[in-house]
Amino acid sequence: MANVIARTTDSVVGWFNDRTPGLIPFYKKHISEYYAPKNFNVWYYFGSLAMLVLVNQIVTGIWLTMNYKPSAAEAFNSVEYIMRDVDWGWLIRYMHSTGASLFFVVVYLHMFRGLIYGSYQKPRELVWVIGMLLFLTLMAEAFMGYVLPWGQMSYWGAQVIINLFGAVPWIGEALTEFIRGDYLVSDATLNRFFALHVIALPLVILLLVVLHLGALHEVGSNNPDGVDIKKKKGVDGVPLDGIPFHPYYTIKDLFGAGFFLTIAAFILFFEPTFGGLFLEYDNFVVANPLVTPEHIKPVWYFTPYYAMLRAVPDKLLGVMVMGGAVLILFLVPWLDYSRVKSIRYRGMITKSLLAMFVISFIALGWLGLQTGSTGQTWAARIFTLYYFGFFITMPIWTRLDAVKSVPDRVPAHD
Amino acid sequence: MTKRLASLLLTLALLPTTSLAAGGGALLESHANINDTASLQRGAALFSSYCAGCHSLNLHRYSRTAEDLDLTEAQVMENLAPAGAKFAETMQVAMNPDDAAAWLGKAPPDLSLVARAKPGGHDWTYTFLKSFYVDESRPSGWNNTLLAGSSMPNVLWELQGIQRPVYDGKHAGSAAPAHLEVASPGRLNAAEFDQVIRDLTAYLQYVGEPAALKRSSVGLWVIVFLAFFTFLAWLLKNEYWSDIH
Repeated sequence: MANVIARTTDSVVGWFNDRTPGLIPFYKKHISEYYAPKNFNVWYYFGSLAMLVLVNQIVTGIWLTMNYKPSAAEAFNSVEYIMRDVDWGWLIRYMHSTGASLFFVVVYLHMFRGLIYGSYQKPRELVWVIGMLLFLTLMAEAFMGYVLPWGQMSYWGAQVIINLFGAVPWIGEALTEFIRGDYLVSDATLNRFFALHVIALPLVILLLVVLHLGALHEVGSNNPDGVDIKKKKGVDGVPLDGIPFHPYYTIKDLFGAGFFLTIAAFILFFEPTFGGLFLEYDNFVVANPLVTPEHIKPVWYFTPYYAMLRAVPDKLLGVMVMGGAVLILFLVPWLDYSRVKSIRYRGMITKSLLAMFVISFIALGWLGLQTGSTGQTWAARIFTLYYFGFFITMPIWTRLDAVKSVPDRVPAHD
Repeated sequence: MTKRLASLLLTLALLPTTSLAAGGGALLESHANINDTASLQRGAALFSSYCAGCHSLNLHRYSRTAEDLDLTEAQVMENLAPAGAKFAETMQVAMNPDDAAAWLGKAPPDLSLVARAKPGGHDWTYTFLKSFYVDESRPSGWNNTLLAGSSMPNVLWELQGIQRPVYDGKHAGSAAPAHLEVASPGRLNAAEFDQVIRDLTAYLQYVGEPAALKRSSVGLWVIVFLAFFTFLAWLLKNEYWSDIH
């Protein structure tokens, strides 16, 4: 019997192999013979978790579109229809809304991992840049998705963000009308944002994910020690500190996924609005162009950048600061002059500046949620200056900082 | 490293409490319980007697109320619905919105999502309904300490009694009263009235998210499954990784 199964499997594989000879080498290159360093720690879960959340967003998104109506007259009530009258609609909707916030949690942690272990350094610059493009696309995707429920915050958030393009000299006014498709945020805006949110941007994201992984698999993964595992290979040509991605990391990531989903389920089932952070109060009121909410603020994942925008008194300058805060991240591979990758082999300068960077970023996120009093504005200015100062002076302090020598092989610790 | 990550996650988890504290204001705790079916039933009856004349629940169906509150179609249609309403339809209001705006200054809002639309949620509803006081300067003769200038009159005054504002010397001439006191008592004492408001609040909270009744019980099973799945995955991972040193 076993013989029959083995023979059948062989002949099926053989059939495909004859017709697509590249299929099995492809599988080997990316899965079964992709050698990843054996010393990945907890930070290395977030890449696969980002993929998991992406799949969740796509699948739940498809189901949401089955009942959602992208029109200003119907959008708000159609979301409530999903929440009330569609069987398990509330679950699908909460999976999508919780997933959106967790996407940013996971992506921010994933990016921070890159920052502390120098995963952007040569030869992985391209991996980082493609990742940054993904981040940028994800921001656009999230912004447009947030407009779709057509609540007050959807509407006025869109109004504020689109008006930022009005700061562009000469063509600003025309540009905002071009984006909105109208003189103000309206049905036309909602409809085109729907198109971009459900088709255009997801396609871009999927393409970029393929490129991100493709670029990574060309150069191989970094690791918490920043050791180049390709330098020491066995007689079979396999890195001595490398292990095949499948089954080792597929199984490990399966555990990570289970752990992450358990936390996600706690939020989804017991606190789906997350205290007004994941789903905001004002967004349970239908969009009304005649009533401006007292306090317009974006969802939490945009608030660090929003705080920077508000910290600058001039509109054009504020927009440039906000945009610059994202764009400067693209340059990190060329700002870091350190001879070592990982924070484990760097000195106190890097460690303390990085710790202060984390504090600044979280503080900016908190400030972006607040009303923006004078004291808060000044605090935001200080943190914004630190944010930019951290990156601009990076070429200096990465050269000044003491480094420890990196071993040839992955050391045994943890 | 794990410790550092844990502290980062903790910081993220603490963020919502700080944002709540910033927007909360002086709200009373409602202690409303949507899992108390009797409270929801009383709340539904109170809503149809005191609120439904002006306020619609146009996202909520009579049939859903019956299903979720353990009521029969006959009970709902006889006690909660106006004549002519259909069981499968949502709870509309008979009053014409233009008339309502003319009579009250502003058309009374739909209350389907009122308990979700305010910071503090059900506590806001509870506090609002307790905060009416007599104010001759207002067209309706009533004002509200939580929502100053509200055009809603105190429809529950017969139950609560009439509250009058007490101003302290500090803010002479300022509009906001220091506190309210019951000048002439209503049919209910303070504790009974609080329970009435609590029932109404619970009902509006339920109407805001009917799925909340089911959410936590489904969630419990999902989490039990996921915890078991994660445990198995962990065992499997340890098994595979036992040869990696």
